[in-house]
Amino acid sequence: MSAQTLYEKLWQSHVVHTEPDDTTLLYIDRHLLHEVTSPQAFEGLRLADRKPWRLSANLAVADHNVPTTDRKDGIADPVSRLQVDTLDQNCAEFGIAEFKMSDVRQGIVHVIGPEQGATLPGMTVVCGDSHTSTHGAFGALAHGIGTSEVEHVLATQCLLQKKSRTMQVLVDGSLGKGVTAKDIALAVIGKIGTAGGTGYAIEFAGEAIRALSMEGRMTLCNMAIEAGARAGMVAVDETTIDYVKGRPFSPKAGQWDQAVAYWRTLHSDEGSKFDCVVELDGSAIKPQVTWGTSPEMVVAIDGCVPDPARETDPVKRGGMERALIYMGLQANTPISQIAVDKVFIGSCTNSRIEDLRAAASVAKGRHIASNIKLAMVVPGSGLVKHQAEQEGLDQIFRAAGFEWREPGCSMCLAMNADRLEPGERCASTSNRNFEGRQGPGGRTHLVSPEMAAAAAIAGHFVDVREF
Amino acid sequence: MDKFTILDGLVAPLDRANVDTDAIIPKQFLKSIKRSGFGPNLFDEWRYLDHGEPGMDNSSRPLNPDFVLNQPRYQGAQILIARENFGCGSSREHAPWALLDYGFRAVIAPSFADIFFNNCFKNGILPIVLDADGVDQLFKEVAAQPGCRLSVDLDSQTVTTPGGHMFSFDVDSFRKYCLLNGLDDIGLSLQHADKIRAYEERRRQSEPWVFN
Repeated sequence: MSAQTLYEKLWQSHVVHTEPDDTTLLYIDRHLLHEVTSPQAFEGLRLADRKPWRLSANLAVADHNVPTTDRKDGIADPVSRLQVDTLDQNCAEFGIAEFKMSDVRQGIVHVIGPEQGATLPGMTVVCGDSHTSTHGAFGALAHGIGTSEVEHVLATQCLLQKKSRTMQVLVDGSLGKGVTAKDIALAVIGKIGTAGGTGYAIEFAGEAIRALSMEGRMTLCNMAIEAGARAGMVAVDETTIDYVKGRPFSPKAGQWDQAVAYWRTLHSDEGSKFDCVVELDGSAIKPQVTWGTSPEMVVAIDGCVPDPARETDPVKRGGMERALIYMGLQANTPISQIAVDKVFIGSCTNSRIEDLRAAASVAKGRHIASNIKLAMVVPGSGLVKHQAEQEGLDQIFRAAGFEWREPGCSMCLAMNADRLEPGERCASTSNRNFEGRQGPGGRTHLVSPEMAAAAAIAGHFVDVREF
Repeated sequence: MDKFTILDGLVAPLDRANVDTDAIIPKQFLKSIKRSGFGPNLFDEWRYLDHGEPGMDNSSRPLNPDFVLNQPRYQGAQILIARENFGCGSSREHAPWALLDYGFRAVIAPSFADIFFNNCFKNGILPIVLDADGVDQLFKEVAAQPGCRLSVDLDSQTVTTPGGHMFSFDVDSFRKYCLLNGLDDIGLSLQHADKIRAYEERRRQSEPWVFN
C-alpha cells in the first residue's frame, strides 16, 4: 500500500459506500449533541417516524444557553430555558445519554467529549458545532455539521461526504516562554487567512506540535475552523495515549492493548503527500492579539494596528476600514496601548485545566486593574472546575479580582446572560472576534489565557513574556 | 426540500468579504426550536438600527437605510452576490434557513466556507462559486442596472446576465441530482442500510471498543 496521510487512513477506515461522483457514505463513530443545533433534527426524526440508528454513539449536553452563575433557580430567560428543556425531553424520548445542567460532568461539549474518553483516536466525531474540529487533537477525524446532518447522523449513523484536500501545517522549533498553542493557531490563521484552509483537512505536525500537551493540541485543532478547515488533526503519540487511559468511555483492560496497537498506526506515513504544506518556525512565534473583526486580523503583541492605506486589495482594504471603525481603533496604534474593559477566560478553545493553571500563574499575587469592569473565568466543565478548586486556582483568581463561574460556553458567543455592552472591549480566550459575537457592539480581541490574565492585571494588552 | 431547477431572480449585492454566520443570523435568534421564521432577522445587526431580540415586532423596528437589502430596488431579491469566504464561522444551519426564509434561493461568491456551503444544499439553496473577476463583473452589472436579474440554470450549470453573458459553474453531480429532484438524502442513505450494518459488523471485530 502506498504511503498514506493520517487523514486518508481515517477516511478510508470509515467508508461504507461510494457514489460514482465519489460522494461517500462515511460512518460516524461518535455524535455529540447540544441544545442549539439539535431540536429541529429531533423534530425531523419524529415527523419521518425514524429512530436513532445506534443510541450508544450519541452523547448530549446543554452548554450554549446555560447560566454561569448560581443554577439553583434554573435559567431565567424563558427562550433559553425552552431550548435546554427541549434537549432534555428529546434525549429522554429517544433514549440518548445526556449530562444535565446539574450533573458535575456537564460542560462545553468539546471539553467533555475528550474528558470522558468519548473522543478516541481513530474515530470519526461529529457535532452540530463548528468547533468539533477540537477532537482531531486525538488523531480522530472530527468536524462540525449542520442540523440536517445532525438528523442524518441520528437516522443513519453516517454522513454524505466528499474527501477533503490535505494540508500539513508544519511547526518546527520550540515555542518561547509565554507562547502557547493559541498563539500558534492565531499565527497560522494570520499567515494563511480565514479561508486559507477551506476545502482542506489540516494536520498539524512538527517539533512544536509534538511538544504540546493534549490541551494545547485541542486548542490548536479547535481553531482549524477559523482557518477555514473543517477538520484539524494531530497524529497519535504517547501524549495522546496517556491522556486517554482510564477515562470513563475509554477501552477497558481487555481491549486496551488492542486499541493502543491500532492507535499507534494513526500518523501520516513516511513519504505520504499533502496537497499543500505550510511551514512556520515555532521559535519565531510571539504572543498574538487580534485587532479586527476576523481572526486573520491579528498581529504580535509588539506590533501595531495595521494601516488600511497600505493595503492594495480594495476588498481587503474596505474590510480593514470597516473593522477599525467597528473596533474603535486608529491605524498604527501600538497593541500594548489598547486598554480593555472586560476579560473572558473560557470557551471550548481555552477552558481546560491547563489553560486555567496558566492564567492563574499570571494572576497569582496580583490584582486586576481599576479600569477592568469584569474579569471572569469560566471553566470548561464541572470536572475542570472541581479539579481547579482542588488545586486552589479559584482562590488565586478570586483574590486577584476575577469572578469564578459555572461551566458553559458563556461569553464566547453570549447566548446566555454573559455578554459585552456596546463599545466594550474584551480580551478574550475564545475563538471568534466577529462583529457582535460577544454581544451587540462588543469589541473582541482574541488572545491566549496568559495574555488575557496579563491584560486584566495591567488594564491593557501587555507582553506576557516581560510580565 | 423544494426542487431547484431554473431560477430567474432579482439580484442583491452584498459587497463584503468574510460574511460570517453570526452576521447572517445573530446568536439570540438561535434559541428557536423551529426551522422557519428566521427571515425577518436575516443580517439583523446590519439591517436594523436597534438591537433585535426574539419575539420583537420586526415590522415596527427602525431600518438602517444604508444597508443594501433595505433599498427599494432590491426588494424581492432571490439571488445574493457577495465576496470571498461567504458563510464563515459557526455551523448554524439557521444561516441558510434565514436566507431561504427571506427569499434567497441562490448565493454567488468567489468562495464559501465549507459547512455553510454544505448546509445550503440541504435546504434547496444553490451556492454558486464563480471566480473573483466574474463576481466583480456581476457587482458592476447590478450597480449599473436597477432591476438586474440573473438566470440560474442548475441543469446546464450556468448563470446568465441580462446582457447575455454566460458563466459556467461546477457542482457535485450527487448534490445536483438531489437538488434538481428535491430529494431527502436520509431516505437515499437508508437505501444502503444493509451496507451500514455490514460495515458495523466488520468494525465490531476490528475495533470493538468503538461500540461500547
